[in-house]
Order: sequence, then C-alpha cells, then structure tokens
Amino acid sequence: MNSRGFYTLFYKESLRFYKVALQTIVAPVITTLLYFLVFSHVLEKHMTVYDNVSYTSFLIPGLVMMTVIQNAFANSSSSLIQSKVSGNIVFMLLAPLSYLEVYLAFVSASILRGLLVGTGVYIITILFVTLPIYNLAILILFAILGSAVMGTLGMVAGIWAEKFDQLAGFQNFVILPLSFLSGVFYSIHSLPDFWQKLSHFNPFFYMIDGFRYGFFGISDVNPVISITVTVLSLLLLSATTIYLLKRGYKLRN
Amino acid sequence: MTTAIEIAGVHKHYGALHALKGIDLSIQRGEFFGLLGPNGAGKSTLINIIAGLTRANEGRVAVLGHDVVDDYRNARRCLGVVPQELVYDAFFTVREVLRIQSGYFGLGKENDVWIDKLMDALKLTDKADTNMRALSGGMKRRVLIAQALVHKPDVVVLDEPTAGVDVELRKLLWTFIRELHHEGHTIVLTTHYLEEAETLCDRIAILNHGKTVALDTKQGLLNSEICRKILLSVTTVQPVTIMPPEIKDKVRALQENYIEIEIHKDSDSIANVLDSLRKAGIEIADLQTTRADLEDVFMDITYRNP
Repeated sequence: MNSRGFYTLFYKESLRFYKVALQTIVAPVITTLLYFLVFSHVLEKHMTVYDNVSYTSFLIPGLVMMTVIQNAFANSSSSLIQSKVSGNIVFMLLAPLSYLEVYLAFVSASILRGLLVGTGVYIITILFVTLPIYNLAILILFAILGSAVMGTLGMVAGIWAEKFDQLAGFQNFVILPLSFLSGVFYSIHSLPDFWQKLSHFNPFFYMIDGFRYGFFGISDVNPVISITVTVLSLLLLSATTIYLLKRGYKLRN
Repeated sequence: MTTAIEIAGVHKHYGALHALKGIDLSIQRGEFFGLLGPNGAGKSTLINIIAGLTRANEGRVAVLGHDVVDDYRNARRCLGVVPQELVYDAFFTVREVLRIQSGYFGLGKENDVWIDKLMDALKLTDKADTNMRALSGGMKRRVLIAQALVHKPDVVVLDEPTAGVDVELRKLLWTFIRELHHEGHTIVLTTHYLEEAETLCDRIAILNHGKTVALDTKQGLLNSEICRKILLSVTTVQPVTIMPPEIKDKVRALQENYIEIEIHKDSDSIANVLDSLRKAGIEIADLQTTRADLEDVFMDITYRNP
C-alpha cells in the first residue's frame, strides 16, 4: 500500500476545497440557513411531525444531512470533472497509486467536506432552537455513511461526465430531486400512499431518516433498515467506482 | 546495457483508426532516444501507453523490466513523463504542486531538498510560492519538467518539451536535459524540431502512420543515401548557356547566372566539378554547398513510407 500516496491525494483533495472555502463551505452553510429561516418561520405553527418535537427541531437534522450529502457529492464530482477537462488528471494517473487508494482518498475528502459543512449548519441552527441528541454514535455513523455514499456517487458522476453540463444535469435531475424528496422538510407519513411507497425507493430517505433518529430516537422506518440500505448503497457504488477506475473508463484513454 | 523500455507488438485502435500497427522497440538504459514522426504518426499514443495513460489493445510494454499494466506501481516509479499539453492545477502554488507530486510517489519532507534543487536548476525558485495560474507558458513548462523529475526516475520521457518555448528557454532545457543524460538517466524525446533531435539524440526511431519506418543511430541515418549527396549552388559572372558534358547530368537547375549541381560524396569531387566549370570558361562569382541533414532524411523516409 502506498499510504503516503493515498494521504497526499486526500490532502490535495482537501486543500483544493479549503482554498476556495468561501464557495465550498461558507456558501452552502448560508444557503441552508436560508432554507432553515424560511421554512421554520412559515411552517413552525402549522406542522407537527412527531409528538413533542417542534417543526423547527424536526427540520434541522434533515437540512444538516441534505447539506452533508450534497457537498460530499459536489466535492468528488467537481474535482474529477475539473481535472479531466483541464487535463491535470494526468498527474494522478502517472503516479503509482492503486485504484483503491484513489477511491479512498477521494471519498475521504468528500466525507471531510460533508462533515465540515454539516457541522457548520448544525452549530448555527442550534443557536435558534434546543436540539436533543438521542444517540451520538448513530448520528455520526449516518453522517459518515451518507457522505461516503455521496462522495462515491460523485466519483461515478465525475468519471462518467465529459463536460460540465453533463455533471450539472446529474446534479439537477438526480441529486437535487432525490434530496428534496427524501423527507428533509416532512415525514413521509404525511404523504399520500403512492408517494409514501415511492419514497422507500429513494436511498436518500434512509440516510436522512436514520440521521434524524440519532437526534430524536424516532424515525419513519426502523434505523436498522436505514443502516442496511445505506451500507448496501455504499458497497454497490464503491464496487462500481473501483471497477471504473480499474478499467480506466473515460480516464485512461 | 540493460533495457530501459521494451515495447513488443503494440497495437492501438481508436474505433476505426488503427493508431499503432505493431510497434517493436527496445530502448537501452542510458540512451538518449529520439522518437520522431509527423503529426498523427502515433508518437504521443505510444508515450501514453508507456506511461499507462492509455492501454494498448495488443502487445506489451515494460519499463526497466516492469510491465506497465501488471506491475504498474514499479513501472511508474521508474518513469517520469513530461506531457505535451501545458496542463496545470490552478489551485496550487509551484511548491505545493511539486510536493503533492512527490507525495504521490510515496516521498515526504525528506524530498524537499531535491525539490529545491529542481526549482533552482529550472530557475523556478523565485516563483516557488506563486500560483500556477500566474505563471507564463514557459514557466509552466518548467514546472511540468520538475513534476516529471520529482521522484528521481531512471527513465525520462519528454513529449515535445520545447514546443512553443522561446530560444532562451529552449537552450536552458537542452542544457538541463543533457545534464540529466550525463547523470545516467535514459531520455526519450519526441520533437518536431529535427535540429533538436540531431543535436541531442544518440538513436532515433521515425514513426509514420502507426509504424516504425526507420530505427537507427543518428549517424546511421545521416549516412543514408540522401545524406551522401551534396548540392553545389554556383553563381556565375556571365550567364551560362552551355554546360560541360562531364557534369551535364548532375545539373539540377540552370537559370542564367545560377546553377545547381548535385554531386555524390563517394564518387564525385567538388574540385573536379569546379575544374570542369573553369575549363568551360565559366567564371564563378559565388559558391555554396548544402549537405542533407536529419530533416532531409526525415522528409525522405516519411515521403517513401506514406
């Protein structure tokens, strides 16, 4: 194992987003806070999702997790597409790095960015409302698993896309709808039967529901199911990514 | 001498395009090897296969005995590649770029001394903390060379390193590459400047349409038939109307006061030709000789192997 090579790639991917922290950390935190202010102000008095949990409290874990997964996806996908389009990906491809090392470095940096942005949103929102923590370990587990899934999906999208607009299409037509329709702003029990059933096919729903369980000890589905779906998604996407890296798909040609 | 790069039966297809049609080459350790060919000949494809940036459809490539696919880690550790395109990572400074590249090869702070030496040799020291975006094209080219050498590879492949650089930088790069060669590095150079190949390379392969059409030492190529001919350009005092019969068949051009005579190095002599002209009463005002160089050899070979 080229552990220093892995660490360097992880460091480079992290330094990359750190150098533009205003865009990669501060901006998403502010955008999420705007969602928080608007939705909590408008719906606080009109919606009760769980007993003894205010709507604003309910909203925060969903918003934190939505930010975590969107930013984890953005990190790996934007880095790969930028490197491919500008051609500087050759520096990584010329190095004695294994497929696994490349995969782990990209995903680790995505997790780091996801957690940093999520922590930022959490810290600011708890200034407005008291939020319980039912199980810290579950909360952290879902944050890490969720950002790992999305960092990996970002790698698949970054490897597949040849142009920025293809990646933008992936973000706008896949990531954004799936994250908005995953129960960030509502419990799926409030949806009509058809949409409730459909939500169970959305892997983002399990990440957010499981994460929320870590705060309140209440969830729409059993957290064991959420962990299972999230881990299976991670395994499936990881296998796909490592296969693409090994084949050199759209990278080594 | 051991083999630095072994290329055996390499084929590469891009859809319907057969870019490399069975390339076999063996580049020895310590050689300064030139890879020449017109645009689209397959030089960069071959280099990309050696570097592992592209995969061959058939055949095998090894760097210092390490297969570039099966034993890619060791093959890449032995190899430094300067890409043809002026690519850079706009997020980082020169020093960061070099440290990152060094880290990819498993090297840490202990390599900082070498990084400083490289920056010094390539006159980059005062730009060490400058962002890559702010550098001129020539500076970016130097950083590319430093990146390729950051892990002290035995074999260095330079894909048109002097393309688009000014004369001063070209000379600096020539000196630097020569030093690398003298230190024992194997150098593989592709270039469109045949003067560069003639000056630097010991052995040269010429590719055309994905095939090796010539492979010889520089001297071997310069001793080819085309190089055994000398062109004599004579300007006369009076217009010439009649040529002496013994040199008539050697005349390639005749225009009033100007004659072009092609003579063969082995069978003719310049003195005899001039003697014949003088005996025929032709007074010479000016005389110039032109010998074929690598460019003529290149043109001749690529023309004969369309």
